[in-house]
Amino acid sequence: MPVVLKCHKGVGPAVSGTALVARDNFSARYDLDRKRGVFSRPTHKLAGESYVGRILVLDEAKGGVATAWMLRDMRERGLVPLALVFNRVNPILAQGAAFAGVALVDRFHGDVTDLIRTGDELRVDPAAGVVEILNRDLS
Amino acid sequence: MQAGAFGEPRRWAIEHQIAVGEFFDAEGLVPVAQAHIMADTESLGEAGVGFLESLARRPEAERRVRVPTLTDPRGLDVAVYKRLGQTEAMRTLEARAIAALRAFGVLMTDTCINYQTIMPPVRGEHLAMGDTGVVIYSNSVFGARSNFEGGPSALAAALTGRTPRYGYHLEECRRATRRFRLDARPRDLSEWGALGGIIGQACGSYWEVPLIEGVEEIPGSDALKHFGAALASYGSVALFHMPGITAEASPDRERPARPLPNPPPLAGEGRVGAMRPGRPRSQTIGRAELEAFVAAYGATGDKVDVVVFAAPQLSLLEMAAVAEALGGRQVHPQTTLLVATSPEIKCAADRMGLTRRIEAAGAIVAAGICFYQSYAGELAEANGWKRLLTNSAKLVNIIGGYGYRPTLLSLERCVDSAVAGRVV
Repeated sequence: MPVVLKCHKGVGPAVSGTALVARDNFSARYDLDRKRGVFSRPTHKLAGESYVGRILVLDEAKGGVATAWMLRDMRERGLVPLALVFNRVNPILAQGAAFAGVALVDRFHGDVTDLIRTGDELRVDPAAGVVEILNRDLS
Repeated sequence: MQAGAFGEPRRWAIEHQIAVGEFFDAEGLVPVAQAHIMADTESLGEAGVGFLESLARRPEAERRVRVPTLTDPRGLDVAVYKRLGQTEAMRTLEARAIAALRAFGVLMTDTCINYQTIMPPVRGEHLAMGDTGVVIYSNSVFGARSNFEGGPSALAAALTGRTPRYGYHLEECRRATRRFRLDARPRDLSEWGALGGIIGQACGSYWEVPLIEGVEEIPGSDALKHFGAALASYGSVALFHMPGITAEASPDRERPARPLPNPPPLAGEGRVGAMRPGRPRSQTIGRAELEAFVAAYGATGDKVDVVVFAAPQLSLLEMAAVAEALGGRQVHPQTTLLVATSPEIKCAADRMGLTRRIEAAGAIVAAGICFYQSYAGELAEANGWKRLLTNSAKLVNIIGGYGYRPTLLSLERCVDSAVAGRVV
């Protein structure tokens, strides 16, 4: 039986994939090279890592409003995270995920960047408000 | 509206607002007096422009905005784009976006200082503002009520005349959650930005509301502009209080936050985002902290590739300050000096001879852009720019991800460095 983490109901489709985790914040404009699909901000804990097709597990959304448009363009160009799993988001990330149709959830029991490890296999169900860690057994 | 009786644009808009509203447990919708859309083409991309065009093709009755709607800075100024190394493809995409926005009946103000130049908000006025600097200034200095409304959500608000009622539309979310004490006097706009950066880093969340005490001299509009823009950039913060200065910093609001609405149903820690463990509730900021913040970006002696005055766009007084600081000197031939302001201020600066004085030094004055929204990564590649100087803490924070090495200095030292061609 997989580990089940409950959260607030989110937006976007249910998806399954591999986690990329850091205790850091996120803005598509501040942190990403959206042409190459990697984290480009030198001081970001995921600098140099590809985010394409990964489930990003991070602390909070940060910065400005650009992510609201950028996620949709990233999705249409095939250079987008599979899902966003955060402790907290600001309105911009929620608006951007809703506009792009990218899965997003937040508000967990505890710090989600501690609960999930890079490489974990996850199933994210925004409508149910649930993230399952498939490779770890509750028992 | 949701069933499509008012056309596809308004059907899409209300669907989007319901999705966002449910995410934040919004208490219905609230009518807004204005919307302000961030729609620069670097952010929109082909997908965003195509989306705008698809709605703009609908019949006029279906697509016209229902409240006065303004635009944030654009990605390109046709008067200077070639000098900056921007491409014809960028200009074409920009023209398509502008045509679509005009079809909605949007007023193309192309500014992030609309609270200084177009229409200052009024206390209690609900707005759908699409630029973090505009939101934090409107909420804090004027006591208006807006969340960060990204481009799609600001467009949705323009089409429905409403926005989801959550966050800073709610009285209970506007109380201070953290306390800071200022034990120094910021000397110029760059240090006001540094102060915003320090407090923003300490807050680190949209849902935190800092209260800043100890501000002895009343900061002017440009100081609060740079402070708020940096606070919003470093911390994603949307509201601050300064007792005796900002609109809502009454004694009632200085009480510690009580449990607030919109709780995460599972986390059990009160309002969304507040009271993260491990973050101090109060902090004193003195001269040493301000200077350490600036020093972290220091690069004395380095060659200067580009000096940028923007983010936010310059007021008329800042334009005059740049002209004065240049004082008839020439910008170094290996350095570019770029000044970005709003179309309104550009006209005023033209009329008053400020543009002529700045451009006579070899600098570029752009209208309706704000640099980081103008394909900053491509500009760096096209021009070989790396070392960037600015007096904007907000720009320093943003631009690292685009491959620049930024340095924060006063306006006067930025100008002196532009003339010398190296950081002085």
